[in-house]
Amino acid sequence: MRVVVDLSRCQGYAQCAFLAPDAFRMHGEEALMYAPNPDDAQRGQVLRAAAACPLQAILVDRLEERDAPVGTSPS
Amino acid sequence: MSSAHTLQRFKRDGRVVIVGASLAGLRAAEALRGEGFTGSLTMIGDELGEPYDRPPLSKQVLTGWVPAGGTTLPRRCDIDAEWLLGVPADGLDLAADQVRLADGRRIPFDRMLIATGVRARPWPVEEEAALDGVFVVRTREDADGLQRAIAAGPSRVLIIGAGFTGSEIASVCRERGLPVTVAELGPAPLVGGLGAMIGEVAADMQRAHGVDLRCGVRVTRLEGDAHGRLRRAHFSDGGTVDAEVAVVALGGIRNTEWLRDSGLAVGVWGVACDAGCRAFDLNGLVTDDIFVAGDVARSPNPVYEYRFISLEHWANAVEQAEIAAHNMVSTQADRWPHLSIPAFWSIQFGVNIKSVGVPTYADEVVVAQGSVSDRRFVAAYGYQGRVTAAVSFNNAKWLDHYRRLIETAAPFPPPCPTPDQPVDAKPVPVDFPGPTLLAQGATVVVTGHDPGGRRVTAVRQGR
Repeated sequence: MRVVVDLSRCQGYAQCAFLAPDAFRMHGEEALMYAPNPDDAQRGQVLRAAAACPLQAILVDRLEERDAPVGTSPS
Repeated sequence: MSSAHTLQRFKRDGRVVIVGASLAGLRAAEALRGEGFTGSLTMIGDELGEPYDRPPLSKQVLTGWVPAGGTTLPRRCDIDAEWLLGVPADGLDLAADQVRLADGRRIPFDRMLIATGVRARPWPVEEEAALDGVFVVRTREDADGLQRAIAAGPSRVLIIGAGFTGSEIASVCRERGLPVTVAELGPAPLVGGLGAMIGEVAADMQRAHGVDLRCGVRVTRLEGDAHGRLRRAHFSDGGTVDAEVAVVALGGIRNTEWLRDSGLAVGVWGVACDAGCRAFDLNGLVTDDIFVAGDVARSPNPVYEYRFISLEHWANAVEQAEIAAHNMVSTQADRWPHLSIPAFWSIQFGVNIKSVGVPTYADEVVVAQGSVSDRRFVAAYGYQGRVTAAVSFNNAKWLDHYRRLIETAAPFPPPCPTPDQPVDAKPVPVDFPGPTLLAQGATVVVTGHDPGGRRVTAVRQGR
């Protein structure tokens, strides 16, 4: 699964780090580090973390099957 | 394409080409579908693979936590696009409404978005840049190579340039226990973006974490050994340092060369556009079908006296992409201006540094909250008596407050909103070093006499 956090919105409430500690970690007092591609087994935790973010700064892939790029260049 | 009917037809069957398949390009594609665009969508990108996120490359990836290939961006919706990846765009034919690719293909469009971003500025001496151990950090491949090099435990890492990227990399190297030298031409780290006061704080922070920080020096030469591996760097003050890894962190170059003969207003500053992301042509007239978003865009910001500003900020790429997508499928009356206040973050030496506004648009700075020595504070920036920006060190919760002060042109210095009154809240000059982008020479010449015949022609210049 894929995750991105809008860190310009993040205010370091750390709710995500409590709910999904394998995917979200605090770095120092208020900086957040996260795993952009956490294991699918963590999906439930990560979704709960995204829902709990007071700033709604966590975006999780909405697609079960993505339209991966096709027809890439022959070069 | 002014009538509502024509617009409806474009939304249903039109052709949109997005050049640049990174954050801004992807977000624009998603927003277009979200706005009900059902026509054909083509994504052109010079790198292979799906759009990925870059901020983790100088943080999570270098710490070894996340593999470089693991920062692919999540999707908000199915964008149903045709992807032309691994081949760069090479030209734009405005008369024929076609994008030219480097392999000779021509891709027609009704409307197009330029989101080609910036690339890392390479070390200027080619043979030295090619030495084993010399890196830039912009792409996944760059980050992967550097991660491996620092994981191998080099005796010392040299960082050339103490802007945000250079400082973040220095921080990660110290976290990994590596000896680090940082060479910065300016008087302090971060000084170009945040001014002398914050620069001093950043310098103290680096030294407290064991960085061998050398300011006011230029790296004059990178020296290799017989096997083509980096061995030593020479400085303008006569000093040297032995290092096996050097990271060139000298900022970016906007990817506009492919547009040089397009008739658009482009230069080293990016692609000029209006606040609605519509590109200007060479004469300074707004186009209606060519849009720009992200790092490569340069647009006027009404809050800052309509000054043209280009930003290499993550949130700016997202916001401009959404504005551009909306405006692409809207009539003039329904178009949106991009009016958000710039915002930026950096994580280094365990500190969360964030900013709102444009700190370089200031004449004074004041500690408005907290304490610099605790590295927990907010500094407010002012220009001629009004608040124009704020920077927080481990105090991000307050930035929304300062954003509102900027938006409402609140008087500077602002009162402290919390009990953590700073000891010394006296404004000091902001003191930025002079412009680092030296005069480029003329970009255009004007010809003709009648108002209807006056035109601008681009002049070629050496880069």
